[in-house]
Amino acid sequence: MDFATFLVQCLNAVQYGLLLFLVASGLTLIFGIMGVINLAHGSFYMIGAYLAFVLAPYFGDWYLTKLLAGVVLAAVFGYLLEWAFFSFLYQREHLQQVLMTYALILVFEELRSMLVGNDVHGVQAPSWLAGGFKLGELMSYPWYRVFASVACIVLALALYGVVNRTRLGMMIRAGASNRDMVRGLGIDIQRLYRIVFAGGVALAALAGMIAAPLSSVYPGMGGSVLIICFVVVVIGGIGSITGALVASLLVGFVDTFGKVFFAEYSGIGVYLLMAVILVWRPEGLMRRSF
Amino acid sequence: MKFPTHLALVAACVASLALPAAAQTAGPIKVGLMLPATGTFAALGDMIEKGFKLHVQEQGGKLAGREIQYFRVDDESDPSKATDNVNKLIKRDQVDVLVGTVHSGVALAMAKAAKESNTLLIVPNAGADAITGPMCGPNIVRSSFSNWQPGYSTGVVAAQKGYKRAMTITWNYAAGLETVKGFTEAFEKGGGKVIKDLSLPFPGVEFQALLTEIAAQKPDVVFAFFAGGGAVKFVKDYDAAGLKKAVPLFGSGFLTDGTLEAQGASAQGLFTTLHYADSLDIPKNNAFRKSFALTYKQNADVYAVQGYDAAQLLAAGLNAVKGDMGKRDAMLAAMRKATVDSPRGKFTLSAGGNPVQDMYLREAKGPNNEYRAVAVKALADPARGCKL
Repeated sequence: MDFATFLVQCLNAVQYGLLLFLVASGLTLIFGIMGVINLAHGSFYMIGAYLAFVLAPYFGDWYLTKLLAGVVLAAVFGYLLEWAFFSFLYQREHLQQVLMTYALILVFEELRSMLVGNDVHGVQAPSWLAGGFKLGELMSYPWYRVFASVACIVLALALYGVVNRTRLGMMIRAGASNRDMVRGLGIDIQRLYRIVFAGGVALAALAGMIAAPLSSVYPGMGGSVLIICFVVVVIGGIGSITGALVASLLVGFVDTFGKVFFAEYSGIGVYLLMAVILVWRPEGLMRRSF
Repeated sequence: MKFPTHLALVAACVASLALPAAAQTAGPIKVGLMLPATGTFAALGDMIEKGFKLHVQEQGGKLAGREIQYFRVDDESDPSKATDNVNKLIKRDQVDVLVGTVHSGVALAMAKAAKESNTLLIVPNAGADAITGPMCGPNIVRSSFSNWQPGYSTGVVAAQKGYKRAMTITWNYAAGLETVKGFTEAFEKGGGKVIKDLSLPFPGVEFQALLTEIAAQKPDVVFAFFAGGGAVKFVKDYDAAGLKKAVPLFGSGFLTDGTLEAQGASAQGLFTTLHYADSLDIPKNNAFRKSFALTYKQNADVYAVQGYDAAQLLAAGLNAVKGDMGKRDAMLAAMRKATVDSPRGKFTLSAGGNPVQDMYLREAKGPNNEYRAVAVKALADPARGCKL
């Protein structure tokens, strides 16, 4: 592998890792703050991807507007879902949470099947992001992938900013450490949770929307991303956003280079990584950072 | 609904008086269709069923003078449910013949159950080499192809075109790996060398890292096996990465079959091989396509052909014993000796029960996979491991 190819593969790895981070950060946020193990998180990613497909005809090349519309819809959906369902889950045991959110996956899959069918769909990247720039002799690197990476970086920074630099973030961090104390200070913890949950759903859906032109839209896509996101969360340390970022990038690199060098065994690469890290640090790479 | 039941009963009595000899065997033949009705392969299952029923309908709704009664089970393309599903047909409905399915993993479970219960099984799609290889049995036949066949014939063509260094890319599952194996065998026999096999987990579609690797290795040709939505994505990504202009892409026919429209300009000019081509200009195919279009108001495809031929194979067996399923051995022997007049051209079955068939080279032009040449004449699967 020459140096140029190596660089392109690094780009591929970072781009995949960043996308994973968007989904995994929501997962770990919801677990870290509300203590809910949410298996249905992958479904939010799938819902995002299908939103990208369904909304496409209405927005054409107004791609960013489409993303915005999708995010708003997803956030509203998340807010309602928390109100109708998840708010009853906090006091339950983890086993019950797992069973109930698993049931939600089945419900979402069935609804998807009823509403948009079981076909595989492709979503077009906007025409102003068509094509790519020349890299090496044969290859061109699509502009859309550059856009996806940049968008993920911006979102990661924004997330960091909100959690660590704002009043809302302060309440979130406090709520994660001591729910009762925060309530005692007169903060509406119920509403706070609802906002965090809606934010987590929106992040996952946004990741799905960004990923749609890269990975097409297909039934069961939520399941595969969910498994890999749990790997990310476990490696990174449960509840840690920084850990999720580091772990996402690690998984991105292991997966990308595994596919190239160990094609036959590429499927197990990330799980091996998880096993090794768990032996070395049973709690994951980072402790909960808030 | 009491009255019609009585009427039917009376009619049956009258019929049995009128035709005392035929009445003994004239109950309907129970055909168990185990096909995907939901999920990614639902459309394929639908076409197979339509093809099968079209042939029965063309014979006046009867095969060898006997009514056909259908029992259907959705196989869900889920190998873990396959044994339960197939037992519904074998034990509960006690079907005379099983027809299924698309997914190779499910078909293998069906083959196992068919062997244990000695039920006749006709496989109308799943290409797993093992079904007509190590798992073969006197009561198991296939009306489609073995994965090895389209891979091998593409390898022959690629070597003939003078390519020396090839790379392969597929999903890491049976159908993909077996197809690639067939390609490698023929390509290396023809003097070429496969320098690297690339794969990714099924049904993943993140091809970017693998495309980068292809660009780095600069092979003379790339062989790909993908199907359905994955095939659409792959062909588009290959084009978008700028590789289409630099490295020719060959594939098994499933790369562009049923997916051409969605692939658009990216697929134009791609060469694939398969045991069928839409534009195959032989009388049987023209008649079949017309009949199919008139009946179902849609165009037939390779899956419809395979379903149609599954019914033709069954008919050949039944005709030989005049519809008497009791004479099983004679019936099975007749199926294996039959020459099926298929829309793909005539074929016979190998000792393992797999079609010995012409493989066609096709080129994607507009909305069709156009016939270009015969890639390999009468290609027989080697049926490695079959003891029959």
